[in-house]
Amino acid sequence: MMTTNRMFLIAFTVSLLAACGQKDAAEPDASDAGDASRLKVGFVYVTPISDAGWTHQHDLGRLQMEETLGDQVETKYIESVPEGAEAERVIRQFAADGFDLVFTTSFGYMNPTMKVAEMFPDTTFEHATGYKSAANVGTYVARFYEGRYLSGIVAGKMTKSNVAGYVAAFPIPEVLRGINAFTLGMRSVNPDAEVKVIWTNSWFDPGREREAADVLITQGADIVTHHTDSTAAVQAAEEKGVYAIGYHSDMSRYGETAHLTAVTHHWGDFYTRRAQEVLDGSWSSQNVWGGIKEGMIRLAPLNDAVPADVAALVAEKEAAIRSGDLHPFSGPISNQDGEELVAPGTTMSDEDLQKMEWYVEGVQGKLPR
Amino acid sequence: MNDVLVGIILATLGAGTPLVFAALGELITEKSGVLNLGVEGMMLVGAVCGFAVAADTGSLWLGVVTAMTAGAFMALLFGVLTLTFQANQVAAGLALTIFGVGLSAYIGLEYTSVALTGLQAVHIPLLSSMPLIGPTIFSLDPLMYLSFVLLAAISYFLYRSKAGLLLRAIGESPRSAHSIGYPVIRIRYLAVLFGGGMAGLGGAYLALVYTPLWVEGMTAGRGWISLALVVFATWRPARVILGAYLFGGVTILQLHVQGLGIDLPAQLLSSLPYIATIVVLVLISRDINTIRLNSPASIGKTFHPGA
Repeated sequence: MMTTNRMFLIAFTVSLLAACGQKDAAEPDASDAGDASRLKVGFVYVTPISDAGWTHQHDLGRLQMEETLGDQVETKYIESVPEGAEAERVIRQFAADGFDLVFTTSFGYMNPTMKVAEMFPDTTFEHATGYKSAANVGTYVARFYEGRYLSGIVAGKMTKSNVAGYVAAFPIPEVLRGINAFTLGMRSVNPDAEVKVIWTNSWFDPGREREAADVLITQGADIVTHHTDSTAAVQAAEEKGVYAIGYHSDMSRYGETAHLTAVTHHWGDFYTRRAQEVLDGSWSSQNVWGGIKEGMIRLAPLNDAVPADVAALVAEKEAAIRSGDLHPFSGPISNQDGEELVAPGTTMSDEDLQKMEWYVEGVQGKLPR
Repeated sequence: MNDVLVGIILATLGAGTPLVFAALGELITEKSGVLNLGVEGMMLVGAVCGFAVAADTGSLWLGVVTAMTAGAFMALLFGVLTLTFQANQVAAGLALTIFGVGLSAYIGLEYTSVALTGLQAVHIPLLSSMPLIGPTIFSLDPLMYLSFVLLAAISYFLYRSKAGLLLRAIGESPRSAHSIGYPVIRIRYLAVLFGGGMAGLGGAYLALVYTPLWVEGMTAGRGWISLALVVFATWRPARVILGAYLFGGVTILQLHVQGLGIDLPAQLLSSLPYIATIVVLVLISRDINTIRLNSPASIGKTFHPGA
């Protein structure tokens, strides 16, 4: 009797695991209709595509590439791939299945990508947000901070309490650049403005993000923005009757009155260009850091509550960033202690930007270490 | 200042309530001698089913009922495996969580884009206009009131009713209860189903009130915290509640501390709720006799009525 029960349990568990595993297999799998002349492009996503957020924007890029290049490419994606050993398996599978170009879209895929790239020198890899490259591995990332600066201008003009709240995941340079650019943008139009930051220590925990946003609003913030993956902060703002600025995707549907704008990511042009280069044989490993000029970063349409003169100012600054006349990290910039770190007339180098580990003046609280 | 205090208290209650539901349900399950580690999975399935029904029908209450039903259905799967087929409870519970995570993601595919207005607070006339206690006791959302009622009902049931005594007896010694003619398996089924329903309700609170949205994995470990609360509270309902609010309260306080710019490492602050809850619950429950008295002796062991 016992043996039968054990067997049943094992069979049940195995079928459960099989059912979980099938999710991957059930994805639209163009490679089955294989055609040797087509470029096969694989995408590795860290979360489900869902309807807003980091991965959603990458998938929009994939779809745009498919549409532009038509029959020349076929794509396949695997979503919810954990960073680490599982990622290496998925990436290797893509390479072994004869994919020509693989985009790995999360920081934690860096080492797995490098490892697989070494084993498959004829496959081309593009890794997002990393810092390691090779002859067949390029990296790409966007200048998110350009959009942050512009959204800061909107916030600086729309705030009444002169306090903005920022729900942030981890104190790493990428997030700090965003906080600092937002603060600089805000204070460029509103020198009294201050930014409060709460760290959630998680990229994705809607409950915690919600709590953090509520706390910021309680402490006087009348504009909330976030560098985390869910829409919870925008929803909290909508419910509490304050403004919000979304991130990754246009989140206006989650807060019709609260959502002023969002800093949105656009990877389609880049994906299309790189795929075209692989098709032409002109691809070479590069470290791409594109911003507003390259169309990688845009602001979502402004809320009707934003006055026309503010909209005009934002458009003007956006044009200035595009033309290179304006750089958000041009001096003079001081840190929290009032120490001038960027002299007037100079601009921070990309290298310094990538290592940023301090708060600009106007951010409240100490940076956690 | 008063506003800040009210904000902290309300946020504490909000953060604690999903844990209260899930942990009280698991408490009843464990008191009957069954250990169900599938709380996280049951919460997720409850959350997604409740959200889906609420989004499709527009009725939040129908969503709440569906969430409880879905949680209970998940628990039924667990019950069939462990009670009827006498599979290992730990393995089956873990499988239930893995299954629940996957199933909820699959059900929720169409619902990640949906925005919903959550259940609104009920302002009790007159009383809610009192300072401080008005907004913190008399204008809460209906599920919070329900959690208070459930706490009272469960405490009464366990310690003041014959049925509660029977449940505890089965958890202590199913063999004795069986030998004097009580249907051990049937009662354990009821306890397991109740636990599932409550976990579903906890999920519904997250998806329909707290952050009215559905995203994959949105419980973010709250099911596991509920499980831990039951053990650290030595299976006493009032202590479970204390632990849940303590956990919620420290979570909120550490966010406030960060917002005020007090210089403490955020990573340390983030771990405070776990440390504080465990330390406090271990301290108040450190008496070994209390632990022996309250922990169900037969927990996790399968029972073969025929043998």
